[in-house]
Amino acid sequence: MSEQKIDGFELKPGFKGMASDTGSDQTMFKGVHWGKAMMWIFLLSDTFVFSCFLISYMKGRGSTIVDWPNTSEVFSLHVGGVPVPLLLIAIMTFVLITSSGTMALAVKYGYEKNRKMCGWLILATAVGGLTFVGMQVFEWSKLIHEGVRPWGNPFGAAQFGSFFFMITGFHGFHVSIGVIFLFIYTYKVFAGHYDSKKRGWFTKMKGDYVEIEILGLYWHFVDLVWVFIFAFFYLW
Amino acid sequence: MEETNKMQEPNKQEEQTSTQKIGIYLWIWGLLFVLSFFSYMVDWYQFQGMLRWSLILFFMFLKAGLIMAFFMHLFWERYALVNVLLWPMTAIACFIFLMNAEFQYTLFSRFFYFVVGGA
Repeated sequence: MSEQKIDGFELKPGFKGMASDTGSDQTMFKGVHWGKAMMWIFLLSDTFVFSCFLISYMKGRGSTIVDWPNTSEVFSLHVGGVPVPLLLIAIMTFVLITSSGTMALAVKYGYEKNRKMCGWLILATAVGGLTFVGMQVFEWSKLIHEGVRPWGNPFGAAQFGSFFFMITGFHGFHVSIGVIFLFIYTYKVFAGHYDSKKRGWFTKMKGDYVEIEILGLYWHFVDLVWVFIFAFFYLW
Repeated sequence: MEETNKMQEPNKQEEQTSTQKIGIYLWIWGLLFVLSFFSYMVDWYQFQGMLRWSLILFFMFLKAGLIMAFFMHLFWERYALVNVLLWPMTAIACFIFLMNAEFQYTLFSRFFYFVVGGA
């Protein structure tokens, strides 16, 4: 994070720093743990995957001559007989942002070596993610029950179903994987693996709270993707 | 010698990592809630046309920027990392531009042949 220092190397700020970092004939990302750099590279490639999905959605939706289903009606929930537009999606968005916030705080407390707070916050993040996946399962089963299929639906353009299941499915898959890892890391934090520098099972690197930040990057990315899906798929 | 240096690197980094104040995270957290609420209101009040799309995009980019800059710490990272991550986004912008032209052409030819009739 901020104010990195490396012995025997002057870290210049700004674009000058970028040039000297890149041309330093050493590690390019100064003061960045290799795991963190690799997570960023992975997230960059994942960005391209999700972009391809959303761009294909744009192309499909733009080129169909049949009206696109009205998402605020399709995704409305009936509360006391009154349809509330996008209610479930709004709740899902707030749950995901809440879990993103707890994750950010978990990273902070992790770096401060506050084991208990870090563990509880990661657990809260995991519970939030699980709630999100649960609501998504509910949403899927509701739409499938109403006759939405990848090849057609009763509301409008036939492409709606395939884009919906592909995009939210791939995002939900990311959330599910994240939840599994959040539970594993909850255990690892509470068991003190990062205080005792116990070696991990995955890379055999010594336990370090930087792993919480790496996990956090993944989790924030899942939230970030949801921001775009929420805007383009549900609101547009 | 090199081996031990590598081993010590994570520890060295850890000592020098100064965490941000909790207030900044709570502020960003609150802002994200407010922005999400606003973008939901865009649908609630059924804004249409350019107003709807510009508001959706505005809140979306603001939220995405806040998450990346502060929750993902890009604001505090060195430019070497930030630039590696952000420049590839121009390729996505190009792709969006190309596919935008493509879907307009597809839509045009569909309308055209549905009216004129295929060969």
